[in-house]
Amino acid sequence: MRDLSRRRLLTGSGAVLGAGLLGGCDAPALSHLATPYDWSNGLTFAVQRWLLARQPLVREFDRSRISAVFPTINTTDPDDPVYRRSRDVAFADWKLPVTGLVERPGTFSLADLRTMPARTQVTLHSCEQGWSAIGEWTGVPLAHLLAHVGLKPQARFIVIRSVDGWWDSYDLFDALHPQTVLAYGMNGGDLPVKHGAPVRLRVERQLGYKSLKYIAAIEAAERVDGYGKGRGSMVAELGFPWYAGI
Amino acid sequence: MTDGTKRRTVFRHRAWVRLAHWLNAAAFGALVVSGIAILLALPRLFWGETGANDAPAALVLPLPVNLEQTGWGRNLHFLAAWILVLNGGLYLLASLAGGHLRRDLLPDRDQLAPGHLAREIADHARLRAPKGREALRYNALQKIAYLAVILGLFPLMVLTGLTMSPGVTAAFPELFTLFGGRQSARTLHFVFACLLVLFLLVHVGQVFVGGAVNLTRSMITGRFTVPPDAPVSREPTDA
Repeated sequence: MRDLSRRRLLTGSGAVLGAGLLGGCDAPALSHLATPYDWSNGLTFAVQRWLLARQPLVREFDRSRISAVFPTINTTDPDDPVYRRSRDVAFADWKLPVTGLVERPGTFSLADLRTMPARTQVTLHSCEQGWSAIGEWTGVPLAHLLAHVGLKPQARFIVIRSVDGWWDSYDLFDALHPQTVLAYGMNGGDLPVKHGAPVRLRVERQLGYKSLKYIAAIEAAERVDGYGKGRGSMVAELGFPWYAGI
Repeated sequence: MTDGTKRRTVFRHRAWVRLAHWLNAAAFGALVVSGIAILLALPRLFWGETGANDAPAALVLPLPVNLEQTGWGRNLHFLAAWILVLNGGLYLLASLAGGHLRRDLLPDRDQLAPGHLAREIADHARLRAPKGREALRYNALQKIAYLAVILGLFPLMVLTGLTMSPGVTAAFPELFTLFGGRQSARTLHFVFACLLVLFLLVHVGQVFVGGAVNLTRSMITGRFTVPPDAPVSREPTDA
């Protein structure tokens, strides 16, 4: 059984501290300081990393607080033939490749993820548009999946791609946080299509746009400047900061 | 009557106060503009933790919805917010340490006498600006307004703003308790912003009442010409 060992967990937390306190300068928030906005967003990133150095959890609510209205924006039903076929068979053929700087690259089905240790959390989702809603998310912590495939020591970022072409990257500080979850369930049921079925990401200490829907691929990398235009995420190319802690 | 040409000019505002004033003014202007840009994505206000277009709103603002302005809006908002916070923090430290707050902004004992306050209120109602020696210090209503803005509204703006940050509230969840939730904080952020804009309107209005050129120059160069008492006194001038 290639599962989380205590030792691997300890190595994981060491990597979290290292990524947060020592290696922050490689992060897209600090590696590209061309405009005044880059500087102020970088300052926000640095100060928040300092405030969050002890890796606190965000608040979790009672199920009774789950919002009746939880908006969905951007893609709500991917217009992709492969996705549609998969959706029509309840994602039975869905596969999630985990590649890059990992010891044991692999492909995981929805059933594989469901057999892994699950975490359920009722949290507040905050959108950059101003709205917020409370939802319950059930899934496998990303840290568990990454420990399962074994991150190589030089891995510093996790690049995640979505069926609809969105992509984003996360440093280990966020990727290994206990509440960073690959969610396949919402509010007690399967994750609905409009919320990113079969699996979406939850990154609870940042705005909603970091919680990618319709996860298609996961890759561990040492640097992210070779991806897209080198800004660390697709939305960063549209003017939305890579780090969305405010 | 004596001639009015020999007016007394004094050095009124120190350089760091003037610099802090204009940095704050620029940052505040940018914050208002970018804040409106962000607000247009959801011109509705809610109370509690949650709120969205299809959820019941406490107040629907009569503004057009525009989802396309939050990119530059948020970038400018947080750049200006950093300038406002750093500038304001340094200003507060210097004002406390250097005595500016106690000497120039706390009302003097005589200004708090009921008779004096009543006279000030009557003067304000008649848009009559202080003359002579009284023009050399801020009047009591002015001091109270400045203190409310510096020690009250601006800190509350920053705190309600930070309560909307998922990162900051992960470190300080007490902020949610303080303001009653994320959407309550957003609503209060808007209310305090409106009060600050109201202050700005009155502030600029009072500059015109008191002499726009003279007062504006005093905040740029520091030099302020004291409006003579009417009838003009025969005190020696030292201009």
